[in-house]
Amino acid sequence: MGLKILTEHINVPGIETLEVYRKHGGYRSVEKALKTMSPEEVVEEVKTSGLRGRGGAGFPTGMKWSFLAKPEGVPRYLVCNADESEPGTFKDRWFMQYNPHALIEGMITSSYALGANTSYIYIRGELMFVLRILEKAIAEAYAAGLLGKNILGSGYDLDLHVAPGGGAYICGEETALLESLEGKRGNPRNKPPFPAVKGLFASPTVVNNVETISSVPWIVNNGGAEYAKIGVGRSTGTKLISASGNINNPGVYEIELGVPVEEFIYSDQYLGGIWKGRELKAVVPGGSSVPILPKNLILKTAAGEDRLMTYESLSDGGFATGSMLGSGAFIVFDEEQCIVRNTWNYARFYHHESCGQCSPCREGTGWMEKVLHRIEYGHGHQQDIDLLVSVAKQIEGNTICPLGDAAAWPVAAAIRHFREEFEWHIKHPKEATAPGAVYRGKLDAVTA
Amino acid sequence: MVKVTFDGIEVEVEEGTTILQAARKIGGKVVPPAMCYYGPLKGSGGKCRVCLVKVAQGSAKDPRPMPKLVASCITQVQDGMVVENTTNEDVLNARKGIVEMLLINHPLDCPVCDQAGECNLQDLSYEHGVSAQRFEEERRTFNKVDLGPYIQLHMTRCILCYRCVYTADQITEKRVHGVLGRGDAAEIGTYIENVIDNDFSGNVIDVCPVGALTDKTWRFKNRVWFTKPMDAHRDCPTCSGKVTLWTRGEEVLRVTARKDQYNEVEEFICNTCRFDKKEVSDWTIEGPRHIERGSVISANHYELPVVNVPIVPNLPTSTKKNLPQE
Repeated sequence: MGLKILTEHINVPGIETLEVYRKHGGYRSVEKALKTMSPEEVVEEVKTSGLRGRGGAGFPTGMKWSFLAKPEGVPRYLVCNADESEPGTFKDRWFMQYNPHALIEGMITSSYALGANTSYIYIRGELMFVLRILEKAIAEAYAAGLLGKNILGSGYDLDLHVAPGGGAYICGEETALLESLEGKRGNPRNKPPFPAVKGLFASPTVVNNVETISSVPWIVNNGGAEYAKIGVGRSTGTKLISASGNINNPGVYEIELGVPVEEFIYSDQYLGGIWKGRELKAVVPGGSSVPILPKNLILKTAAGEDRLMTYESLSDGGFATGSMLGSGAFIVFDEEQCIVRNTWNYARFYHHESCGQCSPCREGTGWMEKVLHRIEYGHGHQQDIDLLVSVAKQIEGNTICPLGDAAAWPVAAAIRHFREEFEWHIKHPKEATAPGAVYRGKLDAVTA
Repeated sequence: MVKVTFDGIEVEVEEGTTILQAARKIGGKVVPPAMCYYGPLKGSGGKCRVCLVKVAQGSAKDPRPMPKLVASCITQVQDGMVVENTTNEDVLNARKGIVEMLLINHPLDCPVCDQAGECNLQDLSYEHGVSAQRFEEERRTFNKVDLGPYIQLHMTRCILCYRCVYTADQITEKRVHGVLGRGDAAEIGTYIENVIDNDFSGNVIDVCPVGALTDKTWRFKNRVWFTKPMDAHRDCPTCSGKVTLWTRGEEVLRVTARKDQYNEVEEFICNTCRFDKKEVSDWTIEGPRHIERGSVISANHYELPVVNVPIVPNLPTSTKKNLPQE
């Protein structure tokens, strides 16, 4: 099943305690980094590893770290983004719940690399039970001298805090997260200035995903070059995939990047095929905000090559025929699922979660939701489809933060690939609104 | 000093200036509209997105264009930057889309709104909007709220520019109102019914770009275009006392701060001047005030559409409109 970096020991009983975690090689990277490496050397290793942000954008982590401004006399901060709220994503919650020390180890090593003496884990408000697990683990680490003053006699100090949010999706956007962490209303900031220059408390700040930070210890232990050998091309390392939907084995999987999508869906060691032996209809490969792809395009690219679980392969063909790896939330739809209803459900989510700061997103998300609701419940008009496309286009790219894009993409993509299903809903409202009704026509996806 | 080219016009501005301020230095019709940005208020801007422009060349050093349209009110200029506003079709289309978004939940009750005639949203939709309406659903509505004896909040008209929040933050001692809720359910409010009560609270009325915050001593008294603006001053112990009186005959119907052509106040005034001094004898009248703002109170403003200004060279044909020949 491939190499396990994050989840190797996750099934060991008692791994959430410091004692068992250390017995299985935990905190080796802290000792190695603090005693034998300079912060620059750690950053260099991460750069060599090709590790990319696991929260969704896929930005190279080493590059992000090297952008951090280092003015004299100003503190620097590392903030871990554990506000995982994208529909379909549950990897970070699961990982922190069962292996909290892995994240703390990553936080210590990464904070050392960035020269931060205070770091935060910003956790989603709904995950209070995980917060308690993390706080218990942090207390253990303090008691063992792995946090606090003069860690392991190296002279490096670090304080680690866990801060819960109020459970708002928007606070997963890094600048909204920083606002919320400062105790303000979680509205995204205008960029520039970027957090690397002016972030938390107006100081240089790096915000990284849980999975990104937890990958750092392995890179420090084994070297960045070793990490870069895993995976395909610029998609190096392993990735946690939260698989859900109509599949036989839903759950979190750690895969080496580069597994073919077809193998991932149908192989028994991964998702085990479609539930009840049904036909695959569509897949949202990276969380609700990325474009949905129909069966023919998720298994093969438009050029006819096998689609792989990598950043590049999933986005092959741009948004016309591709999608994104995103946060790795792999949502599978079988033939019994209604794309219109699903799109409406996503639109409803983004309408509910828009912060209301900038006008295109505040008004547009609500508008799209209302139109989709109308279509789903049999009151749509033929021109509504073009209206949706046009509204999505008016939002996309014109907002302060990426939430506007995230709301517009799934709607635009669903119409791009499943236009006939939308038309069927509008033309045959009676059949479409009957209980259990689903479009059975040919799914003629756009392939060019 | 840095050089910026804005719609083909070169202008020299100081470093750290925003694109919008550089455009205002040129003046005229090339200036992007602004609904949330307000010069005297720190931190305002970036929210309404109507001032989006295209940066066709980032700077002389790095001539790549910026990938997305940028909000001109908060983006700083770089040396050698080339900005397109009225000469770029994408910008005009995006702006049209945003005006539509601003209007879908706006009640369009201009005939009974006190702001009509000097409303930024009215001007904006006149210049950049489309006449057709694609929104069929019910509009969001709120009840009217009295914020103390002088101010009424009509949240239904609000476009959530946050200007009144910044005003209360920056020029009054204590802010009791803010934005509650999120998304299109966000509203300006005091959470628990509260009264905005301090000497400078009336300024939130002046900064409001629409008719969401109105002066209760002026509500339904008259229409702005029937009143005559006069510059006047008085010896006021709390503020500068420099105001504009809006009179009809001998009557002072309304007192506001003096605003420039972008609707930005020159000096904030106190509540005593604004609400209590409604007699001509309270004031020393300086003379009529020339209003340059684009609204019906400045006569003949709409003779030329924005895009036909001759100082803009090489206009794409798509942006040209046929003018009726005299």
